[in-house]
Amino acid sequence: MAEVTLTIDGLQVTVAKGTTVLEAARQAGVFIPTFCHDPELTRFGACRMCIVEIPGMRNLPASCVTEAAEGMVVYTESEAVIEARKTILELMLANHPMDCLTCGKNGECSLQDYAYLYGVKTESFGGEKHAYPLENDNPFIVRDMNKCILCGKCVRACAEIQGKNIVDFAYRGFDAKITPAMDVPLSASECVFCGNCVAVCPVGALQEKGLRSAARTWEVKKVKTTCPYCGTGCSFELNVKDNKVVGVTSCDGDVNGRALCVKGRFGYGFIHHPDRLTNPLIKKNGKFVESSWEEAIGLVAAKLSAIKANYGPDSLAVLSSARCTNEENYLMQKFTRAVLGTNSIDHCARL
Amino acid sequence: MTNSIKEIAGADFILAIGTNTTESHPIISLQVKKAKRNGATLVVADPRRTEIAELSDIHMQLKSGSDIALLNAMANVIIAEEIWNKEFVSTRTEDFEALKATVAKYTPEYAEGLTGIPADVIREVARGYAKANNATILYTMGITQHICGTHNVFAVANLAMLCGQIGKPSSGVNPLRGQNNVQGACDMGALPNVYTGYQAVTVEDNRGKFAKAWNVGELPAKPGLTVGEMMEAAAEGKVKGMYIMGENPVLSDPDAHHVVHSLEKLDFLVVQDIFLTETAALADVVLPAASFAEKDGTFSNTERRVQRVRKAIDPVGNARADWQIICDVATAMGYTMSYASASEIFDEIASLTPSYAGISYERLEQGGIQWPCPNSGHAGTMYLHKDKFVRGLGKFNPVEYIPPAEQPDNEFPFVLSTGRRHFHYHTGTMTQRTGTLEVHYGTEFLEINPADAAAINVTEGEMIKVKSRRGEVAVQARLTDIVPQGMVFTSFHFPEVAINKLTNSARDPVAKIPELKVCAVKIEKAS
Amino acid sequence: MSYVSLTINGIKISVPKGTTVLDAARQARVFIPTFCHDPDIPRFGACRICVVEIPGMRNLPASCVTEATEGMEVFTESPAVVEARKTILELLLANHPQDCLTCEKNGDCRLQDYAFRYGVKESGFKGERKDYPLDDSNPYIIRDASKCILCGRCVRTCNAIPERSIIDFGYRGFATKIVTAMDTPLGESDCVYCGRCVTVCPVGALTWKPLAGKGRIWEMQKQEVTCTFCDSGCTFYVLSKNGKNIGVVPKAPGNGRPLCLKGRLGLELKYLDAPPAPHLKKDGEFVEVSWGEALGLQDIISKLNKD
Ligand code: SF4
Ligand code: SF4
Ligand code: SF4
Ligand code: SF4
Ligand code: SF4
Ligand code: FES
Ligand code: FES
Repeated sequence: MAEVTLTIDGLQVTVAKGTTVLEAARQAGVFIPTFCHDPELTRFGACRMCIVEIPGMRNLPASCVTEAAEGMVVYTESEAVIEARKTILELMLANHPMDCLTCGKNGECSLQDYAYLYGVKTESFGGEKHAYPLENDNPFIVRDMNKCILCGKCVRACAEIQGKNIVDFAYRGFDAKITPAMDVPLSASECVFCGNCVAVCPVGALQEKGLRSAARTWEVKKVKTTCPYCGTGCSFELNVKDNKVVGVTSCDGDVNGRALCVKGRFGYGFIHHPDRLTNPLIKKNGKFVESSWEEAIGLVAAKLSAIKANYGPDSLAVLSSARCTNEENYLMQKFTRAVLGTNSIDHCARL
Repeated sequence: MTNSIKEIAGADFILAIGTNTTESHPIISLQVKKAKRNGATLVVADPRRTEIAELSDIHMQLKSGSDIALLNAMANVIIAEEIWNKEFVSTRTEDFEALKATVAKYTPEYAEGLTGIPADVIREVARGYAKANNATILYTMGITQHICGTHNVFAVANLAMLCGQIGKPSSGVNPLRGQNNVQGACDMGALPNVYTGYQAVTVEDNRGKFAKAWNVGELPAKPGLTVGEMMEAAAEGKVKGMYIMGENPVLSDPDAHHVVHSLEKLDFLVVQDIFLTETAALADVVLPAASFAEKDGTFSNTERRVQRVRKAIDPVGNARADWQIICDVATAMGYTMSYASASEIFDEIASLTPSYAGISYERLEQGGIQWPCPNSGHAGTMYLHKDKFVRGLGKFNPVEYIPPAEQPDNEFPFVLSTGRRHFHYHTGTMTQRTGTLEVHYGTEFLEINPADAAAINVTEGEMIKVKSRRGEVAVQARLTDIVPQGMVFTSFHFPEVAINKLTNSARDPVAKIPELKVCAVKIEKAS
Repeated sequence: MSYVSLTINGIKISVPKGTTVLDAARQARVFIPTFCHDPDIPRFGACRICVVEIPGMRNLPASCVTEATEGMEVFTESPAVVEARKTILELLLANHPQDCLTCEKNGDCRLQDYAFRYGVKESGFKGERKDYPLDDSNPYIIRDASKCILCGRCVRTCNAIPERSIIDFGYRGFATKIVTAMDTPLGESDCVYCGRCVTVCPVGALTWKPLAGKGRIWEMQKQEVTCTFCDSGCTFYVLSKNGKNIGVVPKAPGNGRPLCLKGRLGLELKYLDAPPAPHLKKDGEFVEVSWGEALGLQDIISKLNKD
């Protein structure tokens, strides 16, 4: 593979030909802020946040769409660059609701991160602001188009990851907006509520309804695990606050990348449902009565032992579970064969 | 699956049989869509015009249960036109002549009569499959939930071997598993005839090995009963006690009335689950289990990838992890079973299971590993059968078309088929209690073709009764041409629409899979 | 000791006589929000965010100053209580800059926590907003009086050390403000920059200047260390971000722990890779000084140099 060598902030970096300046910088551990760029989506080059200074080039090029060339010299934090980034941020903030106080993305928001980084306060431009109504009518996703910075990531995620094309840019100029066809709410579109657009949105324009109203971003512990639903085996992170699962966010799964389906991303509510069994139950006179573990285990052991003794091991049978772990299935068949003494173990795999 | 999920995107020809991938396996369907964007040809064989059928280049709307006729006809065309992979067949397979003889009568014209698919379409698809660089076949319940389920799988495998579309990247035979750990439950020997890693209980050496490891004198040699056989034996009073962990056969198994009757006849039933399911309600003792968020462990996905499940929170209330409960019961029965952690159990599995031998929790921290993984230096296996099949040469198992056990007739004129919905899962135990999914998709309905509905004077949203020889349920009608005339469809996710009261428990004689995809019903107005 | 039993949201609890309803609730692990309450300084009862409903009592009493009595029944989140809290928050927010975006306190701010918890967004009250200039007249503490909610904790904690007593309430009504004597900037007062006030401020009105712009609260880890300069044994936090120590701040002052600037600077020298140069006030101006001088080691050093 052909390679090129360039200098970024004084560091020499050698990368494969065709690599963008942004990717080269990241390989060299140099930070460049981005809004519209995503490594998994097609290049867009619209937000200009990632601009850099390259002597010999006119203007400040966007590093996410500029290819590295041999001998190129790049400055990522020159005065001109910082000035330009500040202006971009000021323009965005001039038209942004100052809602961090209660915004669910507070703490995980690129606009906030960069405003803090570059010390950009609010209200230098104070012009017209949008006043779109909050779209809150489905149980999964909240859309607040007042917070949208038009980076177009959701549009590309829906088209390129989900293959759905539900949302797109509409209208022009100040009125430009991301909408489903005919500007209907998601609930009236063909949206399947995978939430893959939510996972890529850099700001609070798209939020997971449950998660973002249950916890602030800095309060949650994230635990990577495997989805309990279908056999695809997607990875995701359970978001935990006060020993409760309050939501699911994407991580980089071996199988699924950041993509999830509606069940994996939004189907966690059963964990803390009031119907969960919390104590052993023993049926007495046709009614369930709560019992201690000792009593329940003792009864199960005694009954199974008695049946085995009176009618032989093959009078017992076990159903293991396609939803339990490997370890549990292993122990269940070990128990069936070594303790009960029968091979009558199966599960509902055939269904 | 013989291949990995990500390899689907690299196929240039995809034949999806009886899988409504976008609804049942949404994330896998993303790979199908990616392949399409890269220019692959997608052919879908399904009686319903599903979402994935809409995306396809060719939709073969075959009659329910006629898959073998279609697959055999494809083989017929491929042999007749001499486009089979002669090198692969001669070096890697045996019994080709038997296949050739069997499929000879399945000319496209003959199959057209059985399947309803025009002969020319069958020819076109056969050619596309045979000539593709990398062709992959995806299938799910649409193939296996028939009385001839095993034969359907043979027919698929025959086709793949005939064209050498197996044992290389992006080419293979790929069943998509419906539940998170079906693969793992099978791998772990939760089956009546094998220990972990499919080591047969009938082989003396295997019994000796496990008896030694488990520290018992002798292990039973006779294969045990399958789910269906257990239910029969319980009904007959031969099985007297059952221990059910995390399954809800009352809703998921066919002929629900019969299942309830069997379980009620038991002397003792213990059910271990996270909710008081329809099955748990029949138990003598119910043990509260921890959910996936409350325990450590591993799941093996449909592409054989072993991945970690991590404990995020403490069990709710006094619930306990299933593995701990099993240890408690075993110990109370006089067999000491005690593990400090799930990882210790996994090490025992690895020590007894060649295909899992190289996997450990430590390695899984770096990401999932696909078995076979024979040693700790092995990276895992992306696709199977690379240089040879497990048994050496791949054997053609020619199969004949068998019509569904129950055909529509004058009294029961419709074919009822069942499946899954995007927003729900299995018997709904979990997805009916999320605060989101059931809010969005709260009621189930029966899909019926508008022409059929008009004929019996049924309108959109109307409550109707669906009756089979075994039972009846009430459900709302949804008029849609997704289903062809003569067919109705619904899911088994909703306890209110316990559709398995109707379905036929007639089983495939080899894999013992019930024929959930076809049963004959009639439809009446509810009032 | 005699005990009283009361019920809080249906939970029965018994506490020593004299315990406040707030402390009783905390023992029962029932959450009640507070702004002005501080366990280490005298009761104040001014902000009213801790109100609860106690049948038989007139109005909603402030739990931080109400003593638990035998048989008392307390409801901490009744509709009336929630309504009252919302109103308090709305009033505070009506006069609060919308600045969380870049506020140093974002992520560890009680006003923000409670606004999120009670779903108070923009305020229904529109009115005059305070617009005080930022006081960053000294190298250590930034005061933003526009963000002050007048809880008075800074005043009380400063006054707990008699020889300090630098700040107090000044002016009246809408103009009420926390001021130094003569309302000069802090840099011109006798403030010793111990930072006691900063540790107790529930909002972003008082923040650390050396940490400004260095990172957001959720990005930092903190490690507790004990100062060994004098016998008081005050505790401090060393803050780090991405594995690098970026600052030292005092832990809230416990019983009799004075906290002092010298101790903090000493710990900065010890724990930070690049400690900011120390500044001391000379003739009313802050000037950069040597570490020896800042830590009061001048005498020892000159003695050592002589030998
Ligand atoms: S939820 Fe999924 S389908 Fe709906 S708009 Fe977002 S990406 Fe598209
Ligand atoms: S909704 Fe989010 S992802 Fe979509 S364009 Fe707006 S800011 Fe970008
Ligand atoms: S997220 Fe959806 S597709 Fe992925 S494993 Fe879970 S249920 Fe299956
Ligand atoms: S003090 Fe609190 S509410 Fe005020 S701007 Fe700062 S973080 Fe936001
Ligand atoms: S500066 Fe802080 S501690 Fe002092 S009164 Fe204001 S809000 Fe309270
Ligand atoms: S990130 Fe490069 S233009 Fe948006
Ligand atoms: S905390 Fe009780 S009145 Fe302020």
